[in-house]
Amino acid sequence: MTVFELSATVRHRGLHVAFSVGEHEVVALLGPNGAGKSTVLSVVAGLLRPDVGHATLGERVLFDVGRPGASQASFLPAHRRSVALLAQQPLLFPHLTARDNVAFGPRSAGRSRAESRAIATRWLAEVDATQLAHRRPAQLSGGQAQRVAVARALATDPGLLLMDEPMAALDVAVAPTLRQMLRRVLADRAVVIVTHDVLDALLLADRVIVLENGHVVEDGPTSQVLARPRSAFAAQIAGLNMVRGTYDGRGVRNPDGLLIEGLTEDRVDPGDSAVAVFRPSAVGVYTRPPGGSPRNVIDVTVTELEPHGDQIRVRTAELSADVTAGAVADLDLAPARRVVFAVKANEVAIYRS
Amino acid sequence: MSWPRPGSPHPEVANRTRAVGPPRWVFVPAAAGAVFVVLPLAAIIARVRWSGFLALVTSDSSLAALALSLRTSATSTLLCVGLGVPMAMVLARTSFPGQQVLRSLVLLPLVLPPVVGGIALLYTFGRRGLLGHTLEVLGIQVAFTTAAVIMAQTFVALPFLVVSLEGALRTSGERYEAVAATLGAGPTTVFRRVTLPLVLPGLAAGAVLSFARSLGEFGATITFAGSLQGVTRTLPLEIYLQREVDPDAAVALSLVLVLVAVLVIGLVRAGRAA
Repeated sequence: MTVFELSATVRHRGLHVAFSVGEHEVVALLGPNGAGKSTVLSVVAGLLRPDVGHATLGERVLFDVGRPGASQASFLPAHRRSVALLAQQPLLFPHLTARDNVAFGPRSAGRSRAESRAIATRWLAEVDATQLAHRRPAQLSGGQAQRVAVARALATDPGLLLMDEPMAALDVAVAPTLRQMLRRVLADRAVVIVTHDVLDALLLADRVIVLENGHVVEDGPTSQVLARPRSAFAAQIAGLNMVRGTYDGRGVRNPDGLLIEGLTEDRVDPGDSAVAVFRPSAVGVYTRPPGGSPRNVIDVTVTELEPHGDQIRVRTAELSADVTAGAVADLDLAPARRVVFAVKANEVAIYRS
Repeated sequence: MSWPRPGSPHPEVANRTRAVGPPRWVFVPAAAGAVFVVLPLAAIIARVRWSGFLALVTSDSSLAALALSLRTSATSTLLCVGLGVPMAMVLARTSFPGQQVLRSLVLLPLVLPPVVGGIALLYTFGRRGLLGHTLEVLGIQVAFTTAAVIMAQTFVALPFLVVSLEGALRTSGERYEAVAATLGAGPTTVFRRVTLPLVLPGLAAGAVLSFARSLGEFGATITFAGSLQGVTRTLPLEIYLQREVDPDAAVALSLVLVLVAVLVIGLVRAGRAA
């Protein structure tokens, strides 16, 4: 069931989009820089007035402006929309403790101080930040602050949650923990998440919308868009390596016996069916098995070489790797040549499928 | 414009030798400037007759002038906050045609000679002024009353608060306010719980500047309010009058004014450090 519908034109930013979000649906908004993703969020949140368009959330009209023949324009201000916006920076109010930050929304909605604090305490627990309750934002790390910001946004119980690259400003080491937490708290919610990271889209979103030059160029289920991309941008970010199989306590073993070790982003128990995901750029190509730190080493046969941006994508039957043109020459890569792919375990995300 | 910041909060950073410092020659004019400011203060202290000091500063006329000065300056500071905060909000958070011109006009008292300000007030609120007749009909007589002192002080001090607060508002930006709105806070809640707390240091600095400016007000006060003991004769006016008849008293009272100023700055620094 559709809960949110949008159609909006912002002329000076060249934006002209229309899409909808289902009741319990997480939609990833992908696209290159300047495609208009953040503009869409500003329009929906009520921070930017579109020239033409209308939007509804549930029964309520968020805005209805610039339509010829319409009797009168309507524009609900941001604070009456029940649309929470989580930005790249946590933007916690620096003069309030973590708990008072989370309690801000319920307080503004007219709840009593005690009630608001109870709600805040509950949401802090939900994002594993109970022990941070009395800290000021200046005493929090980036990852901690972003967790509190998530709690603050959810504590308002928004009809629609907007997230603008919530993990972009974070340490690579912190992102998996936050992503795992988001997977848990975003279930059963209507969410639009802007991201650059295909892994975010894959792990968090049910549906992917690709925006290019202010227009929707692709809209479909995540797996479909990433498996058979039709737009240039989706094609560029798709092509993730995925090994499906059974989790055996160390990694994912596929029916052919190939074992991929990695970081489990979910609670995965041995025997669960699971997927190991890693980027082609994380794969090293060697002619002989390399020594060194623990890694996944896979014997493969090159099937195809194709240009991919300023790199060369080395394709094999199941996996692919991105290398420089120089490396192709050095390794004398060509179809039918047998090589070794190596991936560090901490570049591999394992989640339940 | 903002109040001078206290020294670096991290002494270990301040003590570290800087790789790049100012050119050495700037120390000469800098020292000359510092001496130019500090020496006259020292001269006042050197000139004070300590034997009669207490008697001079606790005379009836001195105490009346000091009490009047503190009372009127405190009131005008409150007026500056009450009027200046909304003015700074409008200047920093909205845009409309003619805003630049309005800003310049509002800040005019900063550069206007206070005497001119006093004359302007006189021809606005005085008996024969622009609003004089209306006020007279209403039975309100403003000129040459304590109210006139407060108005003169507010007139010259208001721009200090508006300037420093507008700067603080622009620096703090609107991002926190936008977040607060998406969390369901209406404009008044955002103003009270987010905007104001974030600019509190700027507001405090502006209020202190306004208070200091009010305390030192002379030209507009004597023009618009006159010099009536206990009614409009504030400390600066008293000092000016005493200078003619009793220079020792003038010096003693000047020192009192210096002490009050030092005290105000000290309080603000202590408040900021806390």
